[in-house]
Amino acid sequence: MGKNGFVKVLIAFTLALTLTAVTFGTGLAADTIKLGAAGAHSGDLASYGLSALRGAEYAVELINKKGGILGKKVELISGDDVCKPEVATNTATYLLSKKVDVVQGHICSGATKAALGVYKDAGIIAMSPSATNPALTQSGDYPNFFRTIASDDAQAKLEVDFALNVLKVKNIAVLHDKGDYGKGLAEFAKQFIEKSGKGKVVLYEGITPGGMDYSAVVQKVKRSKAEAVIFGGYHPEASKIVSQMRKKRMKTIFISDDGVKDDTFIKTAGKYSEGVYATGPKDVSKNPMAIQANEAHKKKYGADPGAFYLNAVASSLALLTAIQNAGSTNYDDIVKALRTKEVETPLGMIKFDERGDAIGVGFSVFQVQNGVYNELK
Amino acid sequence: MREIIKSFTVSIWFMFLTFPIMVIKVNTIEKTIEWRWERLIFVGIGSFFLSFLWRYLITRKESGIKKAEAGEEIKQPLSQRFFEDRRLFFPALGGVIILTVTFPLFFSSYQTNIMTNALMYVMLGLGLNIVVGLAGLLDLGYVAFYAVGAYCYALLNYHFGIGFWAVLPIAAAMGALFGILLGFPVLRLRGDYLAIVTLGFGEMIRLILENWNKFSFGPSGIANIPRPTFFGYQFSFDHSFIYIYYLMISLTILTIFVVNRLQNSRIGRAWIALREDEIACQAMGIDIRKTKLTAFALGATWAGMVGVVFAAKTTFVNPASFTFMESAIILSLIVLGGMGSIIGVILGAFIFILLPEYLRAIEEYRMLVFGAAMVVMMVFRPQGLISNIRRTYEFRSSKKQ
Amino acid sequence: MDWLYFLELFLSGLTKGSIYALIALGYTMVYGIIQLINFAHGEVYMIGAFTGLIVASILTLLGLNTLSILLLASMAAIIYSAAYGFTIEKIAYKPLRQAPRLSPLISAIGMSIFLQNYVMIAQTSDFMPFPSLIPDFEFMEPYAHIIGSPELVIILTTMVVMIFLTVLIKFTRIGKAMRATAQDKGMAMLVGVNIDRVISMTFIIGTALAAVGGILTACHVGQINFYIGFLAGLKAFTAAVLGGIGSIPGAVLGGLVLGLTESFGTGYISSDYEDVFAFTLLILILIFRPAGILGRSTTQKV
Repeated sequence: MGKNGFVKVLIAFTLALTLTAVTFGTGLAADTIKLGAAGAHSGDLASYGLSALRGAEYAVELINKKGGILGKKVELISGDDVCKPEVATNTATYLLSKKVDVVQGHICSGATKAALGVYKDAGIIAMSPSATNPALTQSGDYPNFFRTIASDDAQAKLEVDFALNVLKVKNIAVLHDKGDYGKGLAEFAKQFIEKSGKGKVVLYEGITPGGMDYSAVVQKVKRSKAEAVIFGGYHPEASKIVSQMRKKRMKTIFISDDGVKDDTFIKTAGKYSEGVYATGPKDVSKNPMAIQANEAHKKKYGADPGAFYLNAVASSLALLTAIQNAGSTNYDDIVKALRTKEVETPLGMIKFDERGDAIGVGFSVFQVQNGVYNELK
Repeated sequence: MREIIKSFTVSIWFMFLTFPIMVIKVNTIEKTIEWRWERLIFVGIGSFFLSFLWRYLITRKESGIKKAEAGEEIKQPLSQRFFEDRRLFFPALGGVIILTVTFPLFFSSYQTNIMTNALMYVMLGLGLNIVVGLAGLLDLGYVAFYAVGAYCYALLNYHFGIGFWAVLPIAAAMGALFGILLGFPVLRLRGDYLAIVTLGFGEMIRLILENWNKFSFGPSGIANIPRPTFFGYQFSFDHSFIYIYYLMISLTILTIFVVNRLQNSRIGRAWIALREDEIACQAMGIDIRKTKLTAFALGATWAGMVGVVFAAKTTFVNPASFTFMESAIILSLIVLGGMGSIIGVILGAFIFILLPEYLRAIEEYRMLVFGAAMVVMMVFRPQGLISNIRRTYEFRSSKKQ
Repeated sequence: MDWLYFLELFLSGLTKGSIYALIALGYTMVYGIIQLINFAHGEVYMIGAFTGLIVASILTLLGLNTLSILLLASMAAIIYSAAYGFTIEKIAYKPLRQAPRLSPLISAIGMSIFLQNYVMIAQTSDFMPFPSLIPDFEFMEPYAHIIGSPELVIILTTMVVMIFLTVLIKFTRIGKAMRATAQDKGMAMLVGVNIDRVISMTFIIGTALAAVGGILTACHVGQINFYIGFLAGLKAFTAAVLGGIGSIPGAVLGGLVLGLTESFGTGYISSDYEDVFAFTLLILILIFRPAGILGRSTTQKV
């Protein structure tokens, strides 16, 4: 650096700031409808965020092929939040600075809560394909929030009812991964079991996510004489626990959530996954829109779509169609359209209730049979 | 010619090294293997040319060191010259002040928002700088105090409705208290033993927040934390970002002022003595226990305060924000900026926080570039962007005598 | 007292501890020689596991039997991990040998971020299933509900590796050179030790051990992704410090103590606070023995 290096650096720095600000600041005038897609697009939860982003991409393509909405093309703007609340507020303001009309996102419940504060004050609607925390819709704090996935308590209720009434087990161990999603679900499961009076929670524990060995917890489950395990969390931990239980020749029933109802679980747990129960969105493999969406993904990326792909397609379609139905991007009009007019999506015909939960998106119990998840009717 | 052969060897080596990860992709389900040979060629060509650049830069750096050792024209550090030369300093300072004050007027709220973020890390960096840069105690669990501050506001507000301004000093005091709490058991430890214990402390605080549902609401966190008010006046949404920005500016200036005064005070000199040589420091009659504890306490105070701003800005806290990686980032930014130097910390914070934001354009690759940049910057400027001012200051004053 | 339960917890702690110990050995060797906390060590462990997976999948397609796949995949993983260790040292640490103490640490953190993202982009961000290459031994079947064959292999391997390393360091030429370099670099150089080579050797051996740990752990848990190295590295680092960083038996002891604490803590109290037990134990031990269990506290020379 030269003699006046520091000043030069300062000037360059200022220039760079101005430049970026200019490029970021000058959104085109409102000749497109802008859909923001926020979620974890990097970091350890990237696989969930990226599959949702691809869902949004597909929905936008679909709409644009039909000529857009209100005579305008739809433009997709993505924002990475790494599933961290503090980054999520930045992402939210970033999307606002790009003048988005509606937002699909975020992916994780924590990040969603942080970002919703920003969207609420700016009068923007957000719809998440994956944030399941009950408080998001039930607390009434987030009138601008909608989702195309069932909440944790609905899922926990289904799991508990299935265990107590269908499988008729009495002693249940409830495990979770200490995470936002897993622990929330496990707490509801515990509550429901205790309230029902038909069963008993013999063990309630959190495991360390990413751990190399869960045999100590597995031994504890064995000692507790639990007939079934209800696990709240994601598939990596679930597959380790199931494998270690089966390797120890335990036949304990394993019931889990839609974080586990993922084909990756069957792949990683292999033969040990046989017989595992998991709840998840109703089987839509016969829905023509879902088939189309899945095929489009396979063609584009050469692989099966990830966890929240179809939910993301559904939420993007619901948002964009609501704008069409409302005839404007006005907040109140869109909300009204979302609540009153049904939309055809890969998840079926859906509309939303007062709190923002989707009506028509059901959950059912699946079981791994011969290496695939089959819906139990 | 020898250079070319060298580079050629390097490129062959890297092609070998990256072969399995870059070229082969197995699909264990469908039992197919994908060979991506074109990538090997990129790696080969890339490493061939990069190795030239690498060697050139290394030689340049080494010749620089040799020159310095031979006593040839020891250049004053850049920052030093800058501060000496008033013709440069004052206009630049004026420019910076005008820019910071008018920033929110010209830029979008997104820009203001990430600027606020950068300022928060400036404060965190300055706080950690007291512990690591001045007192020489390697602290890998600094994020714990940040968490203490954030939860302090979130919980006090949730249970008792206490406002932002009232919590700010409470959180600062809580930060200091936790600093002393951590300080006590580690008084006897040195260097890397200290590092692992502080790391453990940071993780423990996070785990407790995760598990103790009754106290902290567990991993689902606390939502709807109010944004700060201005003498009871609640700003509208857009303005509140600008308000927090100015608030952070004033807090940062306060921090810079206090840290600067501390550095030149009796206790500051004791810290530096402690860093340089613990035994000699003790021999000079400095109470090591007290000095270490004040370093931990005064370092943690700032993190407690930034924690409150964090909670107020995101309006939501959960334990996921306070991982070890956060501590590592704060430590990295002060080492990168130049340990012990206030300007260095500021520069480091701006680079570290703004770089990933502006790299959003290359979303997938941004952390890759970030990691590589960290290595390269350390290799070529191991003493940080701005090397310690203090040493040269002493050197000059001794010349005058 | 339920003795069977105690035994089960003991064995599960032993397995976990052995894995920590295998990774901690590499940590401790590197630290012993250049006083650097090598944060990228966990990433080398991850790369070892990935290389093993890739080679194993290719060999499975070629139709080899499990044992030869295990051996060949481990060989490949060891060679590649060692090569990565060697290269990382040359790029990120060697130019920093004269630098201030914290600079190589930051460079190591940067390297760790880089390698994680490198594998994520070049391979995948998803979890990959890892074939169980360690067969179920028949003679173990009656005890399968207590301890599985992979666990047994892991524990035995760790013991063998520790004995091998101790012999290497105590009795061979390179071991002597390593000890000399660890004690006093300048002096070692004066008596004709090629320091660069010794440091390179240390990195090669240390990272090769990480690869062994990577393969064995992957066989045990059955899945890998780009992020597994982070937690493994953190735990191994804790284990190394617990036992007295720089000491080979200390790393193994530290690993085992850590594993057993976690296992018993989980078994008798609650796994909610598994890591809290581990770190509390660490702090307690360091309060009473500031240089770890087997570490020698050096008197400061003035």
